[in-house]
Amino acid sequence: MKVSYFPGCTLKNKAKDLDTYARRCAEVLGITMEEIENWQCCGGVFSTAKDEIASKLSSVRALAYAAEKEQILVSVCSACHNVLKQTNHAMQNDADFALRVNNYCAPDMAYHGETQVMHYLELLRDVVGFDKIREKVVNPLTGKKIGAYYGCLLLRPGKTMQMDDVENPRIMEDFIRAIGAEPVVYAMRNECCGGYVTLEDKNLAAKTSAAVLDNAAAGGAELLVTACPLCRYNLVKNGGRDLPVVYFTELLAEALGVLDATQGVKEENNG
Amino acid sequence: MQRIGVFVCWCGTNIAGTVDVVKVAQTLANEPGVVFSADYQYMCSQAGQDMIKEAVKKHKLTGLVICSCSPRMHEATFRKTAAAAGLNPYMVEIANIREQCSWVHKEMPIGTEKAIILGKAAVAKVNLNAPLTPGESPVTKRALVIGGGIAGIQTALDIADAGFPVDIVEKLPTIGGKMAQLDKTFPTLDCAACILTPKMVDAGQHEKIRIFSYSEVTDIGGFVGNFHVTIKKKARYVREDLCTGCGLCTEKCPQKKVPNEFNLGMDTRRAIYIPFAQAVPKIAAIDEDYCTMLKTGKCGVCAKVCTAGAIDYKQQDEYITVDYGAIVAATGYNPISMDKFDEFAYSQSKDVITSLEFERLTNAAGPTAGKLLRPSDGKHPHTIVFVQCVGSRCSGADKGKEYCSKICCMYTAKHAMLTRDKYPDTDVYVFYIDVRTPGKNFDEFYRRAVEEYGVHYIKGMVGKVTPDGDKLVVQASDLLAGKQMKIDADLVVLAAAIEPDKSARPLATLLTASMDTNDFFTEAHPKLRPVESPTAGVFLSGTCQGPKDIPETVSQAGAAASKVIGLLAKDKLMGNPCVAHSDEMMCNGCSSCEKVCPYGAITYADKEYRMPDRTTKVRRVAVVNEAVCQGCGCCTVACPSGAMDLKGFASAQIMAEVDAICK
Repeated sequence: MKVSYFPGCTLKNKAKDLDTYARRCAEVLGITMEEIENWQCCGGVFSTAKDEIASKLSSVRALAYAAEKEQILVSVCSACHNVLKQTNHAMQNDADFALRVNNYCAPDMAYHGETQVMHYLELLRDVVGFDKIREKVVNPLTGKKIGAYYGCLLLRPGKTMQMDDVENPRIMEDFIRAIGAEPVVYAMRNECCGGYVTLEDKNLAAKTSAAVLDNAAAGGAELLVTACPLCRYNLVKNGGRDLPVVYFTELLAEALGVLDATQGVKEENNG
Repeated sequence: MQRIGVFVCWCGTNIAGTVDVVKVAQTLANEPGVVFSADYQYMCSQAGQDMIKEAVKKHKLTGLVICSCSPRMHEATFRKTAAAAGLNPYMVEIANIREQCSWVHKEMPIGTEKAIILGKAAVAKVNLNAPLTPGESPVTKRALVIGGGIAGIQTALDIADAGFPVDIVEKLPTIGGKMAQLDKTFPTLDCAACILTPKMVDAGQHEKIRIFSYSEVTDIGGFVGNFHVTIKKKARYVREDLCTGCGLCTEKCPQKKVPNEFNLGMDTRRAIYIPFAQAVPKIAAIDEDYCTMLKTGKCGVCAKVCTAGAIDYKQQDEYITVDYGAIVAATGYNPISMDKFDEFAYSQSKDVITSLEFERLTNAAGPTAGKLLRPSDGKHPHTIVFVQCVGSRCSGADKGKEYCSKICCMYTAKHAMLTRDKYPDTDVYVFYIDVRTPGKNFDEFYRRAVEEYGVHYIKGMVGKVTPDGDKLVVQASDLLAGKQMKIDADLVVLAAAIEPDKSARPLATLLTASMDTNDFFTEAHPKLRPVESPTAGVFLSGTCQGPKDIPETVSQAGAAASKVIGLLAKDKLMGNPCVAHSDEMMCNGCSSCEKVCPYGAITYADKEYRMPDRTTKVRRVAVVNEAVCQGCGCCTVACPSGAMDLKGFASAQIMAEVDAICK
């Protein structure tokens, strides 16, 4: 099966592990991720300003590209996925917005939200299936206690993202089980890491990140996984704790036996 | 030719505000058959009705057209007026120029034009109306109450006290419902059990009341006055006629690890059990999901210890059919699941509980014998946070309910007050959106909690509860102070929204009773017929109709009972004469009508006919049972030969209306 793939800026530099292992694991699971040609930045954040279309145009182009190929559009970065999904939702449901976007873009690519937008985790759950992954695991992470860190963008706003229950999610916990490890459920797993506030007020980001890490550690987590480069940055650089935080794709690669020998769960030169 | 009178109602300004009623009356006066036309301010008033009666006599009217509100509102009123004036009640037609005209149009010319058209259609129909006489059907003088909570018990007692036999069907092994689980009741703080259990005993001992506990209604047929109900008596593996309720079996059963639903799973019971000491009927039941004997065939301890020989492992579900004249739904409520509200960490910490669980924790018969102890470590909590509106008043309703659950403000005030009263060393916080305490002595009660008992009421919602060691860190906003706050709590109590019991939806289907989008039963009229379902002979009692506290539930239960008594007091019921009728000469016996009839009202008969050539021929023709037919009209559409017609709504009448509108 072939899918359209939107990597996003961060995955091309600071978060290469998120990108590399996502592709490699997909191949093992029988899915080819075809990178969209000439993709541009997703916009970074989905602007809730009603009259704002400029920052959403690049997302629409990516969505329309996948529609032309009649493929699912997959991304791995929580932030990119959030913008793509919300933009697609607006194209489906906000007729005025869709009209202005389509008028601005070339008229031959009129797009109304036909593409199915999926996060890589949803691809694993709904297309591949966690049971199938369990069968393909050659190196189960047995005995490892792992906390899933959802952050805020992956699931919210729940009505638009339609991925999981925003207050009591289980997709990452099920993923952790599928690779043979034991999930640690802790209260702060869907609270904010501090996000972009780190640029403005590092202390505040340090406080929120530390609260997440402390709560996870108190619950017995030895390791946290996330899908978001910004979350990982905040937790690792601002959290001020020893608890390691890695991308979920790294662990998937380890379990599927396609992790680079030199790598493994390591301290990353992030930031 | 009919002599028709037209009466145009102003309904104050409801109609006259957007419809030129004088012009409507004048225009309709020129319609064929109309000999009298007038307008009046309130046609439904005594003066308005007198005006109609006088006109009937003076102008020798044979048919009436009332241009007024919806027929659902006053058709019955004007039919009575017609009857009082000596006309057949079915010679009255209502043109709805209020709900479907004046209320939806803003401009006078448009409203007036539409009112005239609707009036013309009604006149065209009355020209073809014929007098109809309703048939009669007998009334079975026995009532069924479905649900044995306080609503069902009160309804049954009131009906039985009036002398009519009543059956209560309760799905659990005992009656009592939610009220049996409560500790104290607001605003008087009398103990729930002390006021409920005597009523349970009364119901159990009343000679006119039969209780089918551990039973469910599986099928309902028939109609008002003549319901045929199938009741499934679930196998309880204990013979009701032999069990004395001694409780020995429930002490000796070796299967001790069954979650006790009466204490909301906060402690355990045995596989054979009596839900609580005051259960009615006090008869044990075996939980087949946990009984070792039923699952593996090895055990039999209860049978050995039972001196009455009441244990019967071979008992099967039993189905019985009983006839009833009236049915009361009293299926009650449940707190909603907290699955979607994990920001409050309900699934993560044992010390986050719902208010109903709090009731059990403070109840002397509960898992802690009435001592307020934390479920996690059995320690006394020193800081308690109550969160109101958990799942109530959720806009959008993608989680929770849009409605106010109504009882939470008062029971939370009760919980907070009782905690401060019994444990003055405990700090109590209540987070609220609004405090809603209308009701007799209700607001005084809430103010006492604040002013005398020093409960900290904080306007604002809790955003997150984070378990941290043996504490629960409650993060919330104080909207009046405009600040964020964090409280280290020992116990968090969630006032979960209430929703109708899951059994209500399938029951509504069996009853052909309507429900709203929240699965509450719909009443026939929200103000004027609050305890009747739109389905004749079906009545509503308690929270199955909407959130209610105990005083309101008991009032409604009594009201439902009085409606049932009124129905059962009649020996015969007048049917609806607007039923299907088949023209035998046109019917070819094809069975199309029988297939579409939702009520099973159509059968076939072989009848002899004299043919023009003087031979006799036997033909198969449809026959409508007028007592069963509800007049839905499905058969008239299905009939290929046009033999089937609906009295009062004949195809010719409908076509005349359409012609009048399109003219």
